[in-house]
Amino acid sequence: MNEILKIDQLKKYYATQKAVDDISFSIQRGSIFGLLGPNGAGKTTLLRMITGIFYPDSGSIQFDGKIFNPAEDIIKIGYMPEERGLYKKMKIGEQALYLAQLKGLSKSEAMGKIKFWFKRLEMETWWNKKVEDLSKGMSQKLQFVTTVLHEPKLIILDEPFSGLDPLNANLIKEEIYRLSKNGSTIIFSTHRMEQVEEICDQIVLVNLGKKVLDGTIGEIKQQYKENKFSIKLQEFPQEINSNVFNVTQLLDKEIVVKINEGFKSNDVLNYFIQQNYSIESFNEILPSLNEIFIQLVEGTAATTRAFEKNIITN
Amino acid sequence: MNKIIIIIQREYLSRVKNKRFLLTTILTPLLMVLFFVGATYFAIQGKDQHKIAVIDYNGYFKGNLTNTEHIVFEFPQGIDTTNYISKGYTDILIIPKFNGSQKINYIIRSEKRIGLSTEETISNKINSAIEDNMLQNAGIERAQLDSIRKESQFAQLTSMEEQGNSAKESNAALSYGIGFGSGMLIYITMFIYGAMVMRGVMEEKTNRIAEVMISSVKPFQLMMGKIVGIGAVGLTQFLLWIVLIMGLTTAAQFIIPHDVLMQVNTLQQYNGQIPAGGMIQASEAASKIYSVQHTMSTANWPVIIGFFIFYFIGGYLFYAALFAAVGSVVNEDPQDAQSLMLPITMPIIFSFIIMSNAVQDPNTSIATWASIIPFSSPMVMMARIAYGIPGTVTYTQLAASMFSLVGGFLLTTWLSGKIYRTGILMYGKKVTWKEMGKWIFRKK
Repeated sequence: MNEILKIDQLKKYYATQKAVDDISFSIQRGSIFGLLGPNGAGKTTLLRMITGIFYPDSGSIQFDGKIFNPAEDIIKIGYMPEERGLYKKMKIGEQALYLAQLKGLSKSEAMGKIKFWFKRLEMETWWNKKVEDLSKGMSQKLQFVTTVLHEPKLIILDEPFSGLDPLNANLIKEEIYRLSKNGSTIIFSTHRMEQVEEICDQIVLVNLGKKVLDGTIGEIKQQYKENKFSIKLQEFPQEINSNVFNVTQLLDKEIVVKINEGFKSNDVLNYFIQQNYSIESFNEILPSLNEIFIQLVEGTAATTRAFEKNIITN
Repeated sequence: MNKIIIIIQREYLSRVKNKRFLLTTILTPLLMVLFFVGATYFAIQGKDQHKIAVIDYNGYFKGNLTNTEHIVFEFPQGIDTTNYISKGYTDILIIPKFNGSQKINYIIRSEKRIGLSTEETISNKINSAIEDNMLQNAGIERAQLDSIRKESQFAQLTSMEEQGNSAKESNAALSYGIGFGSGMLIYITMFIYGAMVMRGVMEEKTNRIAEVMISSVKPFQLMMGKIVGIGAVGLTQFLLWIVLIMGLTTAAQFIIPHDVLMQVNTLQQYNGQIPAGGMIQASEAASKIYSVQHTMSTANWPVIIGFFIFYFIGGYLFYAALFAAVGSVVNEDPQDAQSLMLPITMPIIFSFIIMSNAVQDPNTSIATWASIIPFSSPMVMMARIAYGIPGTVTYTQLAASMFSLVGGFLLTTWLSGKIYRTGILMYGKKVTWKEMGKWIFRKK
């Protein structure tokens, strides 16, 4: 049993749209999982079903090997929603204690853990401050602490880095890695691709309520590669004429080529060797997730749907 | 520990620990006392002085028309409607020659419009002057008349109310006071604490903490925790007020001189009569204290306080849930809150109007029905209970009222829970009544 979460044919329809339309995937224990999608793709609805806030219309969620039971399993999950906030008038320490107690920790247990985390993230002096006196970055840090405090098996972070400066973003990133190493599974929802590429083991891309991509980053890049290679030569090439490939870019001594159907990378090398060029480097160019994302989402009704939603509801 | 208890604790403590709570708890009764003192003061002081020139064609009003503190009648010569102002009078009263007992109009012309109570006083004075004149014509001397007037004021009404086999002394003025007071208190607290619940929910929504909370607790727990926590704040406030009042009354007893207290005690022993040939005579102060104490003792305080707490809690729960629902659908725009609150505030205000009539006439059918229907029962029933159970409010009515209030708040809580659950996570769009209806009837 290596899956912490298994989602099967999950559906949630609203009156005006199919927010989540038949989505299935599973998440490996201890992995960092990226849930991607444009605005209005159904990510938040999906996460709300996983956290027990919404009931699915149909389909099943298995958590930790059993059918998901919100009442019991909720304390094993830490959820930091995109729309997040804190009680402004409450003191930081009391706030952390309150949220920890609501996650089922006893007061003394909670105190110990809060002290540990506050020390770790250098927040000890904040205890008696009020939330309204904190900067956005500071309250974000506090929010993160309250999400992971009860050592949940599954941590769900929706846009965790928004509003953080690079320094604090790195700090949180390190903590995410550490939590993952200690056995927690992390679902990381965002539309910032560069972060996903850096952090996630596995990703799922949803669009218009449907899953359009699922796999490890390596697999996906292989799947969407366009057979492009970059070749760096010692001298400037004269005339290049081959039926093996087409030149798509020519930058001084570096050439980007696209291999034609039926040929392999070695055929490209062969051509240049035969022409007696000295090759300095030869690399495959894999598409960035961002490119794949745009390729898959562009042209669909994603943007218009988000727009339509506003019209219908107003 | 149960999560809802943790929520109640936070909602309660975060408000009670607040300095503002202590301040309002102490200042509110003081402000109310100040308000009543002020209102009474202005009612007495604020009256216009009237100096009325009387032109009397009958010739007997001079001497029979008595002056009051604010109204002075004078009978000057050579006065008419054109010159009374310049001669220093505020009004001129023209009484034509009466013709037997035939209906006749008399006229008062004034520099400024005269008030309702002044008009009534003048008309009463005229009528009693006519009455006096008739009595004098029938052969009764003026002096005789005055002494009869004075000496006839010895009879005092004590009203009793049937209670099983015996009858109990009752006091309509006290019942009025208690009924109006407790109805008013419920009215005010319903608004104060209801609005507090609404603001709390709005705060959770606009601060975006709702979803964080909902991932740990059920929306219903969050809503109920807030409602119960704030209700407990309200009860604490009442408790502190009762303690405050008892403290002040005890303190007041130390201010009263010892011998007056002794007289009051004797009066209590002998049911308000000082025994003939007794050692002490009751002073005016002692009689007054005794009569206040005696009047207060005619009310059944434990019953009234008990029902007050029941109807306060019931009414609060009934409306607080609705306020919570409104808070959950409001977005940042406070104008939305105004228009959405209207359907809740209207029945509260309407109940208040019914209540202020019911304290005068507790047995009309509208008062009876309003005291059973849960929308208005907390206020109206308190107004009627002050007049006594089972004399005014029958046991059947009481049971019906209590059951429907409990049923009523269970229903509003259920309805509000449904709206709240969806509303609290809904951002950036205006919710229509139709949509809220859909949320209520959705299964999950």
